[in-house]
Amino acid sequence: MDNIILEMRGITKTFPGVKALDNVNLKVREGEIHALVGENGAGKSTLMKVLSGVYPAGTYDGEIHYDREVRHFSTISDSEHLGIIIIHQELALVPLLSIAENIFLGNEIATNGVIDWPKTFSRTQELLTKVGLKEPPTTRITDIGVGKQQLVEIAKALSKKVRLLILDEPTASLNETDSDALLKLLMEFRKQGMTSIIISHKLNEIKKVADKITILRDGGTVETLDCHNEDISEDRIIKGMVGRDMEDRYPPREPKIGETLLEVRNWNVFHQQHRDRQFLHNINFNVRAGEVVGIAGLMGAGRTETVMSIFGKSWGHKITGEVFMHGKQVDVSTIPRAIDAGLAYVTEDRKQLGLVLNNNIMHNTTLSNLNAVANNGVIDDHKERKVATDYRSKLRIRSHSIYQEAVNLSGGNQQKVVLSKWLFTSPEVLILDEPTRGIDVGAKYEIYTIINQLAAEGKGILMISSEMPELLGTCDRIYVMNEGRIVAELSKQEASQESIMRAIMRSGEKH
Amino acid sequence: MVAETSAPKTTPSIGDYLRNNIREYGLLVALVVIMLFFQFLTAGVLFRPVNLTNLVLQNSFIVIMALGMLLIIVAGHIDLSVGSIVAFTGGLSAIMLVKWGLHFSIVVPLCLILGGLVGAAQGYWVAYRKIPAFIVTLAGMLVFRGLTYLVLQNRPIGPFPKDFQLLSTGFIPDFLYFINPLPGVITNFFALVAVLVLVAVAIYYGVKDRRTNELHGTENEPFAFFVLQMGIISAVAIFLGFQLSTYKGFPNVLVVMALLIALYTFVTTRSTIGRRIYAMGGNEKAAKLSGINTERLTFYTFVNMGVLAALAGMIIAARLNSATPKAGVGFELDVIAACFIGGASASGGVGKITGAVIGAFIMGVMNNGMSIMGLGIDYQQLVKGLVLLAAVFFDVYNKNKG
Repeated sequence: MDNIILEMRGITKTFPGVKALDNVNLKVREGEIHALVGENGAGKSTLMKVLSGVYPAGTYDGEIHYDREVRHFSTISDSEHLGIIIIHQELALVPLLSIAENIFLGNEIATNGVIDWPKTFSRTQELLTKVGLKEPPTTRITDIGVGKQQLVEIAKALSKKVRLLILDEPTASLNETDSDALLKLLMEFRKQGMTSIIISHKLNEIKKVADKITILRDGGTVETLDCHNEDISEDRIIKGMVGRDMEDRYPPREPKIGETLLEVRNWNVFHQQHRDRQFLHNINFNVRAGEVVGIAGLMGAGRTETVMSIFGKSWGHKITGEVFMHGKQVDVSTIPRAIDAGLAYVTEDRKQLGLVLNNNIMHNTTLSNLNAVANNGVIDDHKERKVATDYRSKLRIRSHSIYQEAVNLSGGNQQKVVLSKWLFTSPEVLILDEPTRGIDVGAKYEIYTIINQLAAEGKGILMISSEMPELLGTCDRIYVMNEGRIVAELSKQEASQESIMRAIMRSGEKH
Repeated sequence: MVAETSAPKTTPSIGDYLRNNIREYGLLVALVVIMLFFQFLTAGVLFRPVNLTNLVLQNSFIVIMALGMLLIIVAGHIDLSVGSIVAFTGGLSAIMLVKWGLHFSIVVPLCLILGGLVGAAQGYWVAYRKIPAFIVTLAGMLVFRGLTYLVLQNRPIGPFPKDFQLLSTGFIPDFLYFINPLPGVITNFFALVAVLVLVAVAIYYGVKDRRTNELHGTENEPFAFFVLQMGIISAVAIFLGFQLSTYKGFPNVLVVMALLIALYTFVTTRSTIGRRIYAMGGNEKAAKLSGINTERLTFYTFVNMGVLAALAGMIIAARLNSATPKAGVGFELDVIAACFIGGASASGGVGKITGAVIGAFIMGVMNNGMSIMGLGIDYQQLVKGLVLLAAVFFDVYNKNKG
């Protein structure tokens, strides 16, 4: 019997009306990296909340054995005490406090309530060296990027003498360089004997680092794969997650490309906050009818900023340049005008920017085009209900009814509600910003299918994505952006992960 | 993927229904319980016709301002200046009516416009300059109180012309006195008939709504529940209407208030403007990116608040028959408390007109009941504070449990 540090046996957790976990088993050996995968809503996060004591002992059935003893955690500090630390997807850092203050928040090095700053700083320095972060301990969190913030979280975990580190989607908002650094760090920790559990949707990363992979589906354990015994392919993992073979991750499409719909010329934008810094330089691009156009680039290349500055000048400052629709110049200076011109923008962050979470599906669906279901400012209930019902069935939004609040939907279904909202404005060009981020494999396929349908209807699609395979799989043409400039335009034939990266690297050398 | 549950039920069980709608019914039940409680403690004074009339007169302005405040709170803001706007517009109306001798038909609209301008002056800073409403209206509270002292030169002005006083002290005349079957008991037969007609109309539309809901497969409340609820509300309405009809009938203010409640209920539940305010309060950024002009919408919620505060200011001035620089001190707190007792969320996006109105009456009945009992202002404040805390705690507790 080898060193099992954690065993969760027969965990069952029910919420009113839903069985979130059904007899889940998880066995983690000391010193391994154990990946936990599954579609959204499969129960990964719930399982980790049970483990860490967010859901206290007694509110679930089953046993937790940790370090060879049965444990009953009733608060998070109980589990933290024994070295189980979770780093959540939404980082729990205080933006305006320094790195050092954040690391020792709630755990200050102090005597009688007076903080020992020299000691705090020197300890912080040690921890930062361990995680490979070169920033002074006094730097404020808000002044460093997400990648570095993630490292601060890990340093914070280390300060608490972590034995079992749980990372919930640690690389979801990181670019590739930062992701790689983080994964290397995990492997470094493994050498030192630390155990980690990593929840992730990025299967290539999991393949890179995991020793074992446990797959959850619909609240139950499907299987645990041992990466050392056999060569596990991504398709193999996906099969376990969705319960069937996914022959093709991207639905096939016959592009029928027509006239130019949207054209942007000489677009220059200054930074929203640092007002004297030019952020976007001389952007030119176009989208044709029936075409899916991608924008590739690293985080911070200016992709989101480009489309937001076009969509009603909702980002940036001192914006110059021209926007044409059907060859005619249009005014996009406010969001209502941009919508009138035929644009729609599905934001990157659907919870913060896309949905009114405490409103129901129906209200979210009609929000952008409320006048279409109203007469003289009075909403026609029946018309509105019909619109929402139609989109719900057309986009196959899984919910009890159109009256379900958006907050209670899974990521994929939330995204479909946002899509409904914009489709109801009958746009000609639909701008999609990371449309499948944080969405499980099955729902991704459905989103791609919707994109294809829209293109087939003659709409132009402009899609930003950080997942290169996704762009390559869905787009007819790809623009590559770097440092606020468009640095390449690649046809479907020319585009590949290599050619995109080459374009980025080469442009980086020039400046 | 979220597990699909069984097909949606069109008629949930009474237990489920109560659990889902506990807030609304809880509030109504609380109001009734509090009324009965004080009816008992005051040895029957509370429900006397003259006291019921007083209850309406004393609370009308709080209710009217709560309508505007609810919109502001739902939009995610707050307005601390309404008490000062009340005094300011009351003072201006006094100067125009008493000092300049203008007719009330000119003064009333003029004061409403001035109230709108005051609201606009504050709304501008909140909506377009992004200064937190708490700060802007705190400044407004001081500025308009100061201006009130200035325009009134530290002295109360009064009395008002008779016709203006009728705004607060007048009653709807008994148009139907000639067919009054019980002239000895009922002194305003019209009031009773009006209540009966309203109850009939309410029941008609209630049944019609259920019918259309059934037709469209929308969830209805359980039928027994519907009957019970309609029955209780009708009985209470008829009882109150009867009591008023044995005194002077409907105060003018009651009619103004009722019309405004109906209007604002309609705006919040059925109009695009109302929908957009809720969306904006729920997620301002998402609303803006959906093409809603959030600045303009915010601006107009403050203009609206200013107009309603001006109306309240005139009602109070007419009731006291004098405009004083100290009028309306602390009203903002009563109005805000009414909204929060009524279930509005301090973070915006949640709240109902009916809730705010019931909240205002809960506060009003407590004020009135405790005054009759002879409890001092000390106890009144203490009790009101605790009730506010309890109501909001109930909300938070419910939310965490659900």
